[in-house]
Amino acid sequence: MLELLSFGDAGWGDEMLKGAFWTVAVSISSILLGLIIGIILASFKLSSFRLLKLFAEIYTTIVRGVPELLVIYLLFFGGSSAVMYVAKIFGYYEYIELQPFVIGTLAIGAISGAYSTEVIRGAVNSVPKAQFETGNALGLSRFWIYQKIIFPQVARLALPGIGNVWQITLKDTALISVTGLVEIMRQSRIASGSTHEPFIFYTAAIILYLIITRLSNIVFDKAEEKYSRGFVREDS
Amino acid sequence: MRFDLMYDAFFKILSLDNLNEGIGLTLQVVFIATILGLGLAIIVALMRISKVRAYNVSSYYFIYLIRGTPLLLQLYFIYYGLGQFEFIRESFLWPVLREPFWCGIITLTISTGAYSAEIIRGGIQSVSPGQIEAGKALGLSKFSLFIKIIAPITIRQALPAYGNEIILMVKASSLISIVTLMELTGIARTIISKTYAPVEIFLVAGSIYLFINFIITQGVRLAEKKLKVAEI
Repeated sequence: MLELLSFGDAGWGDEMLKGAFWTVAVSISSILLGLIIGIILASFKLSSFRLLKLFAEIYTTIVRGVPELLVIYLLFFGGSSAVMYVAKIFGYYEYIELQPFVIGTLAIGAISGAYSTEVIRGAVNSVPKAQFETGNALGLSRFWIYQKIIFPQVARLALPGIGNVWQITLKDTALISVTGLVEIMRQSRIASGSTHEPFIFYTAAIILYLIITRLSNIVFDKAEEKYSRGFVREDS
Repeated sequence: MRFDLMYDAFFKILSLDNLNEGIGLTLQVVFIATILGLGLAIIVALMRISKVRAYNVSSYYFIYLIRGTPLLLQLYFIYYGLGQFEFIRESFLWPVLREPFWCGIITLTISTGAYSAEIIRGGIQSVSPGQIEAGKALGLSKFSLFIKIIAPITIRQALPAYGNEIILMVKASSLISIVTLMELTGIARTIISKTYAPVEIFLVAGSIYLFINFIITQGVRLAEKKLKVAEI
C-alpha cells in the first residue's frame, strides 16, 4: 500500500509534497494580504472617523459571521467579473480569468484579514495608556506617537494572536480546493480518485498538515522568544 | 442588483417544505452535532484533567489531531476514507457511514468535541480549590461535589467561549454541502451556478447566516445574564 506514496512516476509522493508546497504558498500569501487588510481596518477601527469605524465594523462582522465557503464561492464566481468591471473603467475590455491561486489568496486573505484586524486592534489597545500620554506630554503629534512609540511594540504584542490567525488561515486553505487549486486536499482527492485508495491519501494529508502545523509552531515560538527578549511580564 | 433573484433565493433557502434542504437541514445538523459534541467534549475534558496517564495522553493527542487538521479533510477521511475497507462496509456501522448526513454529523461532533473540551477544561480548572475544599468539608460525595459546585461554576465560566463555538459550528456546517447535502450553502451554490449572480445570492445567504448567529449570540447573552451571581 505504501508504494502508492513513493516518488517518481509510480507513486504519488512527489505530487503530495507539491500539494503541500502550494498549501504553504497560498497560506503565506493569504496571511500577508490579511495582515495588510488587518492593519488598514484596525486603524479604521481606532480612528475617530465614524464612517471608517462603521465600515471596518461591518466588514469584520460579515466576514466572521458568514461561512468561509460562502466567501470563497463569492470570489470564485464573482471575482473575475469584479476585476473585469474595474478593468473596464481603465479602458481594458478583454476577458480576464483569475488564476485559482489568486482567487484563493483573495478569499482566504479577506477572511484572515478580519481576524488580523481584531488581533492588531487588541495589540494597540494593550499598549499602556500612559505611553500615549507621555507622547502627548512630549508634544508629539498623533502620527509620531504611533510611528515611534506604539507600532514598534504592536509587532511584539500581536505575535501570539497572529500565530493563531496563521493556524486558522492554514486550515482554511483546504477549502479553496473547491476552486481547483491543486494543494494538499485537492491532490489527495485526485490521487484517491485514480487509485481507489482514499484512506492512505487522506491519512498522508493529515500527516502533512500536522507537520506544517508543528513546524510553524516552532517558528512562532522562536519569534516570540526573540521579540520578547528584555521584557519582563508586568505581573511578575 | 437583481432583486427578483434575491427574493426567489431567500424563500427557497428558508422554505420548510422539505426539512432535508436549506435552513431546515442546517439547523438540524447544527443542533444534533452540538448536543452530541457537548457530550463528547465533557468526556474528553474529564479525561484531560484525569490523573490517569493513559486518559490524559490520549485525550491530548485527540485534541491535537483534530485542531491541527482542516475540518474538510476530516470529513473526507470519514466519508471517503473509511468506506474503502471491506470490514467497515460489512460491519454494523455501514448503514450510518454510508449516509453523507451522518458522516457530516460525526465529523462536526468530533470537531466540536475537541474544541469544546478545551473550553470546558478551562472552565473546570477555573474553580478555585477553596470552593472544592469547602464542599469536601461539608461532607459532599464526589458526585454531588461535581454536580452542585464544580458544574455550575464551570458552566458560568465556559459559557461565553462556548457561545463562540456554537457560531463556529453554524459556519462549519456549510462544509457538508461538499458531500452532496443541500443545506444553506449548498442551495446558495446551486443558485449561483445557475444564475451567475454571486453577489446577490451571497448577500441573501450571508444575511441568513448572520441572523442565525445573531439569535445564538443573544441567546447566550441571556443565559449568561441568568446565571450571573452578584459579585462579592
